[in-house]
Amino acid sequence: MQRLLRDPRARVGLVVLAVVALVALLAPVIAPYDPSAQLDIARLHGRPPSLAHPLGTDPYSRDVLSRLIHGTRISLAVALVAVTLSMTLGVVVGAVAGYAGGLVDTVLMRVVDAALSIPRLLLLIIVVALWGDVGVVGLTLLLAGTGWFAVSRIVRAQTLVVRELDYVTSARALGAPPARILVRHVLPNVVGPGLVAATLAIGNVILLEAGLSYLGIGIRPPAASWGSIIQDGAERVSDLWWLTFFPGLAILITVFACNALGDALRDLLDPRQLASRDLTARSAPTPDR
Amino acid sequence: MSRQTTIAAGAMTEGGAEPILSVRDLTKHFPIKKGIFGRVGGAVRAVDGVSFDVAAGETLAVVGESGCGKSTTGRAILRLIEPTSGSVRFNGQDVLALGAGELRALRRQLQIVFQDPFSSLNPRMSIGAIVREGLTIHGLAEGAAADARVKQLLEEVGLRPEYASRYPHEFSGGQRQRVGIARALSVEPKFIVCDEPVSALDVSVQAQVVNLLQDLQRDRGLSYLFIAHDLSIVEHIADRVAVMYLGHIVELAPVQAMYSRPIMPYTQALLSAVPAPEPGVKRERILLAGDVPSPANPPSGCVFHPRCQHPARDAACAAIVPPLEEKAPGHWAACIKQPPSVVSWEAQRAAGGTNPPDFYLPVSALHRSADGAPRAHAFTPPR
Repeated sequence: MQRLLRDPRARVGLVVLAVVALVALLAPVIAPYDPSAQLDIARLHGRPPSLAHPLGTDPYSRDVLSRLIHGTRISLAVALVAVTLSMTLGVVVGAVAGYAGGLVDTVLMRVVDAALSIPRLLLLIIVVALWGDVGVVGLTLLLAGTGWFAVSRIVRAQTLVVRELDYVTSARALGAPPARILVRHVLPNVVGPGLVAATLAIGNVILLEAGLSYLGIGIRPPAASWGSIIQDGAERVSDLWWLTFFPGLAILITVFACNALGDALRDLLDPRQLASRDLTARSAPTPDR
Repeated sequence: MSRQTTIAAGAMTEGGAEPILSVRDLTKHFPIKKGIFGRVGGAVRAVDGVSFDVAAGETLAVVGESGCGKSTTGRAILRLIEPTSGSVRFNGQDVLALGAGELRALRRQLQIVFQDPFSSLNPRMSIGAIVREGLTIHGLAEGAAADARVKQLLEEVGLRPEYASRYPHEFSGGQRQRVGIARALSVEPKFIVCDEPVSALDVSVQAQVVNLLQDLQRDRGLSYLFIAHDLSIVEHIADRVAVMYLGHIVELAPVQAMYSRPIMPYTQALLSAVPAPEPGVKRERILLAGDVPSPANPPSGCVFHPRCQHPARDAACAAIVPPLEEKAPGHWAACIKQPPSVVSWEAQRAAGGTNPPDFYLPVSALHRSADGAPRAHAFTPPR
């Protein structure tokens, strides 16, 4: 953690994400208006940014700043829950496939291959087309259910390395049952790359949620998410630009922060860096590593 | 193979003591898969018909070059790698026939210490948790009793009990190796496979760890299968030595006999490569031609014949698989050209042999001090 904080990318990422999280937590306190209230249909519909409404109002006379602040809650919650679920699933599936090997591995990985061969957005649209509008919870589960494939591959690859290490062999020699080896020896040593993938995936999921909300799937009006605000303004980008610009900016900043943090984490957990740290502890470095 | 037929059960330990471990014709072939359908297109014969006994309290060293199958042998005995065939008996129990539950129980008695002190400890577990794991798995101690036992074990291997809460990266290679030994000892085994336990350590630390292993053996009556490639350490720690080449044991003898009168030409070459411990002593090295052949396609007959320097080497060596036979009391070797051999000269001639067997012992293979008397190669660790 201390080494993480030494990386400027990690510091920037963490600070920005903390601010975004704070905004989400305190939304009812800091939002100047009710996000769903149509304030003054006669005078305030589609007004540009002003002192009273810093980010303007939308065609339904709602305050865009308040909607953006409240939208942070949904966008962030959906992203965090979806990523947590999909990472957990991905790590477990990858570790089980990698450690068990054989038929289990083959079956699981062919399923993952098949799922990976379909673009995620297409997969989501197909599901939504079959089941109709799924709501926020449904959307979250969908994003979780379609997000673990790549993670499971990464974790499986890492598991294949770890399971051949002597400390795993030693646990077998001590008579540890496979479940214990998986939980105590394999999982703690393979979650690192999963964690990196998770950080990077948060940005991706926020974008996907925005994309789906833009397509009218997931978040039901009048509730706001960043994507649904953009959708509201999408047809009138030329005159009501503030409707798409500010939520877009929020997405951009958050995704940037996630990726910066993810990059820093990835560098920190890079096996080559681990190796070089290990080698400094050895008496002589291996030349060709 | 005629190899195992010459070995009567129990006859391979020194002094006829009842062996604690008895390995017969142990074989491990790793299949080579070809093509996209995983068709088996051959096998790497990593261990090919290995037989030996280990007596209680004995140290049997297994030496050989990289890839000769010595580590695979050690792991196959513990079923960390499932052997292809053969038998392993421990205290009269057939290890290879055990079910998962019985095997788990047996693992208390058979332990292993690894070569690499860096990969053998889980970096995310404290030293205490690592040593404690065996106690938990076998229900030997819980709670405060387990803590006390862990501290006791750490002290026994020469580590301070306070280290229990620290993590592996805070320790040196030698200290980590001690942790690995404490972990093996936690379940109170009778037999430990030491898989090159000091090869990765500095020379000064090697001596400490070797001493520790010897002290533990004395105090606990342990038996060791000591896998190594450093012949000076082997001479110091072993009671008997088995030399492996391409998955076969080519010579098996008490350590003094092996080092003073090596019979198998490969052993002679191997021993000639040990550096002389004192300056001024000149030793001629036997340089072997070529490289170790691939275990996927081993030579016919004697696996060593293409590189053998024995003057009597001939076509019979390529045709006849030499049995591991007792050339002198307790001294087993596999060479039909070093008499006596059950493979008669007539049989060798029938197989195309042209040179009658003639005992060959290059002087250069011996350890001789300045006065000409054979001497043990000194590995005297500071105490």
